[in-house]
This record gives sequence, C-alpha cells and structure tokens, in this order.
Amino acid sequence: MNVLNFINAFFSDSAHWKGYDGIPTRLWEHILYSLVALGIAAGIGLPVGLLTGHTGRGGNALSLIATAARALPSFGLLVLMFVVLGLGLLPVMIPLVVLAVPPILVTTYEAVRSVDPSPVDAARGMGMHESRILLQVELPVALPLILSGLRSAAIQIVSTATIAAYVSLGGLGRYIVDGLYQRDYEKVVGGATLVAVLALATLGLFWAVGRLAVSPGVRRSN
Amino acid sequence: MSGFFDIPSDLQHSWLGLIGLHLREALLPVLAGLVLALPIAQLCVRFRWLYPPVLWVTTVLYAIPSLAFFVVLIDYTGQTELTVMIPLAVYSLVILVPAIVDGVRSVPQETLAAATAMGFGPLRRYVQVQLPIAVPAIIAGLRVAVVSSISLVSVGTLIGNQGALGNLLADSMFYHRPELAVNSVVTTAVLAIVIDALLVGLRHLLTPWMEDTAK
Amino acid sequence: MVSSGDFCQTRRVCGVLIRIDSVTKRYPDGTVAVDRLSLDIPDRSITVLVGPSGCGKTTTLRMINRMVEPSEGTILLDGRDIMRQPVNTLRRSMGYVIQNAGLFQHRTIIDNIATVPRLLGWGKEKARERARELMGRVGLDASLAKRYPYQLSGGQQQRVGVARALAADPPVLLMDEPFSAVDPVVRKGLQDELLRIQEELGKTIVFVTHDIDEAVKLGTMVAVMRTGGRLAQFAPPAELLSEPADEFVEDFLGADRGIRRLSFFPSAGLELVTAPVVATDSTAEQIAARDTPDAPYLLVTSPDGKPLGWSEPRNLTAGEIDPAQLLSYGRPFVAGTDSLRAALDCAVLSPTGWAVAVDADGRVAGVVSQQTIAEAIRGAHKESTSEAKALR
Repeated sequence: MNVLNFINAFFSDSAHWKGYDGIPTRLWEHILYSLVALGIAAGIGLPVGLLTGHTGRGGNALSLIATAARALPSFGLLVLMFVVLGLGLLPVMIPLVVLAVPPILVTTYEAVRSVDPSPVDAARGMGMHESRILLQVELPVALPLILSGLRSAAIQIVSTATIAAYVSLGGLGRYIVDGLYQRDYEKVVGGATLVAVLALATLGLFWAVGRLAVSPGVRRSN
Repeated sequence: MSGFFDIPSDLQHSWLGLIGLHLREALLPVLAGLVLALPIAQLCVRFRWLYPPVLWVTTVLYAIPSLAFFVVLIDYTGQTELTVMIPLAVYSLVILVPAIVDGVRSVPQETLAAATAMGFGPLRRYVQVQLPIAVPAIIAGLRVAVVSSISLVSVGTLIGNQGALGNLLADSMFYHRPELAVNSVVTTAVLAIVIDALLVGLRHLLTPWMEDTAK
Repeated sequence: MVSSGDFCQTRRVCGVLIRIDSVTKRYPDGTVAVDRLSLDIPDRSITVLVGPSGCGKTTTLRMINRMVEPSEGTILLDGRDIMRQPVNTLRRSMGYVIQNAGLFQHRTIIDNIATVPRLLGWGKEKARERARELMGRVGLDASLAKRYPYQLSGGQQQRVGVARALAADPPVLLMDEPFSAVDPVVRKGLQDELLRIQEELGKTIVFVTHDIDEAVKLGTMVAVMRTGGRLAQFAPPAELLSEPADEFVEDFLGADRGIRRLSFFPSAGLELVTAPVVATDSTAEQIAARDTPDAPYLLVTSPDGKPLGWSEPRNLTAGEIDPAQLLSYGRPFVAGTDSLRAALDCAVLSPTGWAVAVDADGRVAGVVSQQTIAEAIRGAHKESTSEAKALR
C-alpha cells in the first residue's frame, strides 16, 4: 500500500530523527504544548466544575457556556488569535485552553451532580465536613466521568495543537503543514502517523489512569 | 482597509456562496453518518456482544486528529471536497452509533414487552416504538455531530483550500486582514448555533409527548 | 399521655434524652412541615415516628441532627440545646441510618463501617478492628469485609448501614425508613435484629416509618403524626391500640387493631388443662379415664410429649394409635412466652377449637379452649383499662 510505503520511508530516514526538526524535538514540543494547555484548562475547569456540581448552582449558565464554546471553530480561533496577537505561544494557548475548558467543566459538573444523593446525605448525617464530602464521597464516584471529560479535552488539544503549525508553531503538525507546502507527501503522512499515535497514546494513558485511580467498587457497579 | 464582507476574489465565491459551500461540506457527511449509523446501531442492540468492540473502534477513530485523517486520504481522493467529507462522515458515524444504541436501549423493558404482547413484530416494534422513543438521544447525538462537523470543515483549508468559510482564514493571513478571520469565526459559530437550534426545534416537533426540559 | 416519671416505673427506663419543645419548621415558600411539635424521647428505648407521607416525620428526625434547622422552638439533647453545639460534633454523636443504606460504593464494607471512627481521628487499624466487631454484632459474615457494596444484597447493605451508624458507639441512633426498601421476609429479620441490638446495647433510637405494623412492633413509644406536621398521639403501642386519641389515629391503625392489641397481653395467665391429653403408649384405662364430657376430642402426643394430633375418644384403641389418622393440631403456642394473640390464633386455626400450648422444648404443656381464651382477653382488657385510668 502506498501510504504504508511513505510511512516506512519517513521513519527509516535517519535525518528525521535529529536536529530542531527531528521527531524527538517535534514530539516533545507537541507534548509540551498539550500538557501546558491541559494543565491550565484543568486548573480552571476542575475546581469550578467540582464546586458548582457540589452546590448545584450555576448549571444553566454552564450549559450555555458549553453550547457557545462548542460552536466556536477551533481552527478559526487559532488563526484569529494569530492575526490579532502575532507570533508566539500565547495566541496558540488561548484557543487550546478555551476549547478544553468546557468539556472538563461541564462533565465535572454533570459527574458530581449525578452522584447518588443518599451516600452524600449519609455522609452529612455522620458529621463529615462539606469539603470532605466533596473530595471523599462525591469525587471518587464521579471520577470515571470526570476522567472522560479530561480525556475529550486532551484529545481535542492534541488534535488542535497539530493545526497550530499552520500559524508557525512547532509540534508534529509542522511535518504535515511543511510537507503539504513542499509537496513532500512522505513527510505529510509521517507527521499524520505520529499525530495519530500520540492521540491513541493519550487515549491509552487515560484508560490506564482510570484503571489505577477508580475504585473497583465504582468501576463494577456502573 | 476593505470591508467585513469583501471576500477576496481568489476564493471564487460570495459570502453567501461560502456559507452554502460550508453547509454542504458539513451536513452531507452527517447525513451519510446517520444513514450508516442506524443499521450499525441496530446490530449492536440486537447482538449485545458486538457493542463493546464497536465502542472501542469508535473511541479510537474519534481520537484521530482531523488533519491527520485528511492528509492520509489525499493519496486516494486528492485535494478535493471528498477528502474533507469522508473524515467528517466517520466522525459523525462514531458520535451517532453510541448515541443511538444508548437511546434505543433506554426504552423501558416494560414498554417493549407491552408492544410485543400487543402483537408488534420486531421490525414494526423497532420503527414504531423503539426509534421514536430514542429520538431525543439521536437528536442529541446529531447536535454534537453537526456542530463539530461545521467547526472542522475549516481545517480543509490546509488541503487545497477546501475549507469553505475556513478559506477566509488563509486569506486573512495572506492579505493581513484580521476582519476576514473575525468574519470566518463569527459566521461559522453562528451557523453552528442556528443549526443546533433547528435541531432542538425538530426534537420538539418529533417528540410532542416530552416535557420541556429547557435543554 | 404518659409522663416520663410514670414511664420510669412502668418501663424500667429513665429520663428523657431528647426533648423536642414546640418545634416548627417553616420553609421559605410558606409550607409548614412540622407544626409546634413537642415530644419527649425517652432514654434507652425505641421511639417511632409514624404517619402518612407529608406528615413531617422525616423532617422531625432530620432536625434532631440538624440536617434541617428548626424555624422555631428548641431541641435539647441530654439537656443541652443542639443549636449551641458544633454541627459536625453533634452529628458524630448520633448514628444515622437511611433508606437504601447510602453506602459509599467506592469503599469496602469494612471501610464503610469504619467511617465515623476515622472521622473522629481513630487509627486505621483500631477503626477496622471496631468495624470487624460490629459486623459480627449486626449479623454480617466476616468474609464480607473486603467486598464492595455492589456485591451485597439489599438486606446485607442495610445491615452495613446499621453497623456504620453504630461504629463510634453513639448514644443516639436516628433511623429514617431504614427497612422500607427490602422485601417483607428480609424486613422481619432486620426488625428482629434491631430489637436484639437495642436489647444488648441500650441505645436511644428514633425510628421513622410509614408502616404502622413496624411502628407497633418496634416502638417502646409511638408518635403518630398527621399531615401538616402535627402530633396526633404519643403513647406506648398497646395504649395506642386500645385507646386511639381520635378518628385519624383509629383509621391509621386499621380495622384489626383489636386483634393486634392482643399481642401485648401475655398468655401466661391462661389456665391450661391437661385432662384431654393422651400419649401413643397410653393404656386403654388411661384413655377411658381422659374421656370427659368437657372435651369432645383428645390430643395425642408421642411418648416424649410432642403433640401429634386430635382424635375422638371412640376412635382411639390403646396400642393401635396411627398418627396418620389424627386430625391436625395446627400450630401450637409457647405457654407464657407467646401473647394472647398467638393463643387465639392457634385456637381459631385448630379443627377442634382448642389451642395446643407447648413448653420451650416443644412438649405439650396443656390445651386451652376458645372460651377460656376469650375470658382471658376480657380480663386483660379490663385490667389494662383500669391501669391506664390509674396512670392518668
């Protein structure tokens, strides 16, 4: 198959493994952008989602924000930030974070809301502090759903970070954008393969975290 | 400085023309996805063992970044609209299959038993009982699929200017005209919101028996 | 109404642990859930709050541990106003059991039970040690310790709920319809277990239910509440059955309250007769001697005294008694321990109209006729009414 030949050629070319345009550098750049964006988005989305979910207030505002944010085109936002703010990390980080916050925020809110109210009532009746109820009763049960929100956000970030190459940023998208420009299809397909593998690795990572962090009592009863 | 709606001539379309193009590129794949998803979902409902592996495949496919998907297809379908539409159809498919399966499965067992007891055959039961009750879940899936499809069409700009409204973004950079980028983002977002609202309206039309949950 | 002083004498329990003093709960939208309720909940006994849905019984219970804050009035726990105590300290001093148990699905059974001791700062091992001890007390097998809630049946989950509430050895146990989600057979087991635990540990239990039978079975005192959050009657169950305060309580008790009231009269006073009883190995003379005009039937027992069945004297031939030919004796009652209700039930179900009384080992203690039981019932009624009058 044609594509497989391209992939093979790309990865066996030793020139693709070193230098500022080498696979390790580009891969690391991509991971770094993704981690920073996910970190910021989670830093905003998780606490707000946990608190609003626990108190049950602000649900309508959240779903409105979520619908609006889903409608924003990621690529468009990226280019817009670039033409407005110019070259740099900030114009890329803004759209990545803006896109990642809603799935984290909304699923966290929904996850905490949907926790069975009776253990929460029991915990309150036993004299647990509210913060403890949230972290030790609601969070462990809501965790699978919260992780799935983080997973969608991470996948979306990895995907959008690829397009960031179009506005002159590094990362694995460089191979695709440059390859298309240079009509070097080998490079294009190689880059696409790397991006796909990174996305699948993200999926696998979240699956593993789920296995480790979610109590067997929660995993099996759902 | 040119105006907000002055579309550079290299795009060969008016603003409205771009909107029409954008809608076609975004909605046809969703339709194709729906047509494929219905039988696949029904198979998953019928043969329970089929669902977990199908769910796995859909999760994996959905994770593949759109740009990677597009460029691999170039080798087969060239830098054409089809190259953009095939991945969008696949994304729609993988969003819709779980939505439909969960929707059909959420039909209460008693309802199904009652229908069978009244003498509904399997096909009639599916079309007249299961599918209507699953409509809200299917529409919810369609909303996600349509909105993401409308957003992703723009990425087609990168492969031979197949991005409809997204092509404005390339021109915005090329001609240093930020208002074109604003136009693209706002128009795309408004399109998504309008289509989303239409789908909500459709659900109200199709499910008059449901209480208004304002969602 | 029984004052707490009288209560001390008649029930061997002393003092009021929780005093609810003209408490009202009014919600912001104006609905009144509880209306000027006053209730003295006695120490070391089970007080049941019962009533139709919307009568404010759960609200009342939840005001005791401040899950709901009263709008007016005061609640004193052991003489101290609960509003003056730190809310979580207050709650940790009371066990709380709810419908469906409300277990933490992410924690093992043993860690569920150890929750409150851990909140109180006990070490992990000490808390688990205590949890293990409690599993035994509520009748849970030790092998369930490492299971998760989803692996347990509804009845077992509810036992875990009770164990978890008892873990820190609180003097008070609040139970909100704890057994209403399990099937009747399991529920009866849980009720018996609760009575046993109460006997052993002497907790003050406040128990909410909508089931009047459950209330009568478990309650030392029963508070019947009516819609609108008002108290209709507060009395021991026997008094409730004999003297319902008004039509509402009478209706709520149901049509057969007379029969049910018999549960509270002991059968100890019944005069048992042993004349019409013969054994399979009795001689012809012995059988002839037992044939009295009072009893048209004779009860045949095995040589060691276990009941076998009834027979007309003329059908009995010494040495040739065939147990298969005898009339069924129904279900015997245990003389002295069982109530008059059980005795009457036996007599009604017996084909001869006579009830069979047995001792603790199942050996026949005597038989008793419906007439005798009826006289005993009349006597008991007379006695309890005069007692009630004396108390008032």
